Amino acid sequence: MAVETISKTPEVSLPISSDSITLRISRFNPKNDLSPIFAEFKVPIQKWTTVLEAILFVKQNLDHSVAVRYSCRQASCGSCGMRINGKPALACYTKISELNSNIVTVEPMHNFPIIRDLAVDFKQMFANHKKMKPYIIREDSEIASDTKEFLQTPEEVEKYLQFSYCIKCGLCNSACPTMATDESFIGPQGLAQAYRYVADNRDDGKKERLKIIDQSHGIWRCHFAGSCSHVCPKGVDPAMAIQLLRGYLLGFRK
Amino acid sequence: MTERMSNREGLKGMANPTRYGLERVAYWLQRLSGLGLLAYLIGHIYETSSIVNGKVAWDKMLELTQTTQGHLILTLVIGMCVYHTANGIRVMLGQGGIGVGKPGQPEYPYKAASLNYKQRLCIWVSIALAALAMMYGMAVLFGD
Amino acid sequence: MRESIIMKIHYGTALGAVALVTIHILFRMTQNFSESLQYQNVIANYHLLPYALMLEVVLILLSVHGFNGLRVILLELKQGIVYEKLINYGSIGAMAALIAYGSRTILMAGMGMS
Ligand code: HEM
Ligand code: SF4
Ligand code: FES
Repeated sequence: MAVETISKTPEVSLPISSDSITLRISRFNPKNDLSPIFAEFKVPIQKWTTVLEAILFVKQNLDHSVAVRYSCRQASCGSCGMRINGKPALACYTKISELNSNIVTVEPMHNFPIIRDLAVDFKQMFANHKKMKPYIIREDSEIASDTKEFLQTPEEVEKYLQFSYCIKCGLCNSACPTMATDESFIGPQGLAQAYRYVADNRDDGKKERLKIIDQSHGIWRCHFAGSCSHVCPKGVDPAMAIQLLRGYLLGFRK
Repeated sequence: MTERMSNREGLKGMANPTRYGLERVAYWLQRLSGLGLLAYLIGHIYETSSIVNGKVAWDKMLELTQTTQGHLILTLVIGMCVYHTANGIRVMLGQGGIGVGKPGQPEYPYKAASLNYKQRLCIWVSIALAALAMMYGMAVLFGD
Repeated sequence: MRESIIMKIHYGTALGAVALVTIHILFRMTQNFSESLQYQNVIANYHLLPYALMLEVVLILLSVHGFNGLRVILLELKQGIVYEKLINYGSIGAMAALIAYGSRTILMAGMGMS
C-alpha cells in the first residue's frame, strides 16, 4: 500500500506537551481512488487525548479534508466507530495512552461500504434494524384516554435493559466473522434488537419477529464466536441476546 | 470490485482467529475440524469399501493406511473428532441460551456476560481432551 | 424447509452421532487395534446384524450433519439465488451419494457377497 507522508508542522502554537504520536489515517475516496493510502501526521497528545481528538487536531491544524463522522464525543451517538490499530472501537472512547503505541493507525470499519476515509455507510445496518420491528407491538395503547401507563417491575426491566443501550455504532457487525462474507446476514446489531423487544413483557410481537429471523440468512448464521460482544462499547452483549433469542426457536425457552 | 466497495473483510477475516479472544479461536477450530472430519468421513467410506472386493483388496488398503503417515493422519482425526464433539456440545447448549449469562444492568467496564469463564473453561477442556485423546491414540497406533 | 428445522436436524444428527460413533470406536478397542482390522474380524462385524444396522445409521447421521455443515459454510461465503439453490440441492445430492456408496459396502459385506 502506498504511503504518503505529510510532514507539515502545525501552524498553531501547540499546547505544552512532551509527547507526540504518529497518526496514520486511511484516505480513500471511492469516486476517484483505486485503493486506500495512508497519510501520516505528527500529533501532540496528553494523557487524556482520545483518538477522535487526535483526528480532529489533524482536521483543524494539518489537513481539513480528512473525512470522519462524530457528534457526541462521549460514546452516546454511535457515529465514530472505526478500526484503531486493527481493532474496531469508538474513536471518542479510546484514549491514545491506553493503546501503548507511538503509532496509531485508524481505518474505516470493515463490512460497511466506505463513503470517504473513515466515514462508512450505515444504510444496510439501519435497514436490517428496521426489519426487526424495533418498537413495542400490541393491540391496546397507553396513549388512549381510558388506559394507564404500562407498569413494569425492576426485574422485568432488567430482562431487556442492557440490550436497549445499543447506540447503533456498528462495531459488532464489523467484528462478526459471518458478516465478513455474508451480505444477506441480519447481523448481531439487528438480532440483538429483535431480542430487546421480544424480552419486553409489554410486547406481543414475538411470533412475528421469530418468523423474520428464522430464515436462511437469519439467526442461524450466528455461530456464537462472541466477537460482537468482545467489541461492543456499551455492554449490550449481542452474543447473549442472540443465543437467548435462539432458545425460543430451539424450544429451550417459551 | 464489489468486495472493495462494500469493504467486507472477506474470507481472510472470517478465517482469522486472532484479535477477538478465545471464543473466536473456538469458532475457527470448530469450522476447521468439521471440514477435516467431513473429508475424513468421505475417505473412510471409500477406504472401507475395499472390503467388498475380498481379502486381497482389503489387505492392500490396510497396507496403504497402516503407515506412519496414515497413523499421523488418524491421530489428527482423533483430535479433531474429540474437540469438535466436546466444543460442539458447548456450542449447542450455548445456542439454546444455556450458560450464556443473565441480562442485567451493564456496568463499567462493560464486560460481556456471555464471554464468561465457564465458556472459556469448556473451550480449554475441549482442547485438553483432544490433546489427551491424541496422545492415547498415538500410544495405541504406534505402540504395537 | 424453514431454517430452524434444518438446524434442529443438524443438532439432532450430532447428538445421535456422539453415542453411535463412541460404540463404533469401542469396537476397534475390543481387541488389539490392528487385530480388530484383520479381514475376518471386520467381516464378522459386518455379519453382526445390530452392528451393521448401527453402521448404517451412523452413515446417515454423519452424511447429513457433515454436508449440512458444509452447506452452511458455503451459504455464508457467497450469496445469490442461483448459487444458493445450487448449494442447497448440491448438498442433498452429496448426502444421498455418500449414503448410497456406504450402504453398498454395508449391504454387500453384510450379506457375504464378497
Ligand atoms: C459426533 C459428534 C458431533 C457433534 C456433537 C457435532 C456438533 C456440531 C455442532 C453443534 C455444529 C454447529 C456449530 C455451529 O453452529 O457453529 C457442527 C458443525 C459442523 N459439523 Fe459437527 N458434530 C459432530 C460430528 C461431526 C462429524 C463426524 C462431522 C464430519 C462428517 C462433522 C461436520 C461438521 C461440519 C462440516 C460443521 C460445520 C462447521 C461450521 O458451521 O462451523 N461434525 N457440529
Ligand atoms: S450492539 Fe454494541 S457494538 Fe453493536 S451497534 Fe449496538 S452498541 Fe454498537
Ligand atoms: S462521537 Fe458519538 S459515539 Fe463517538
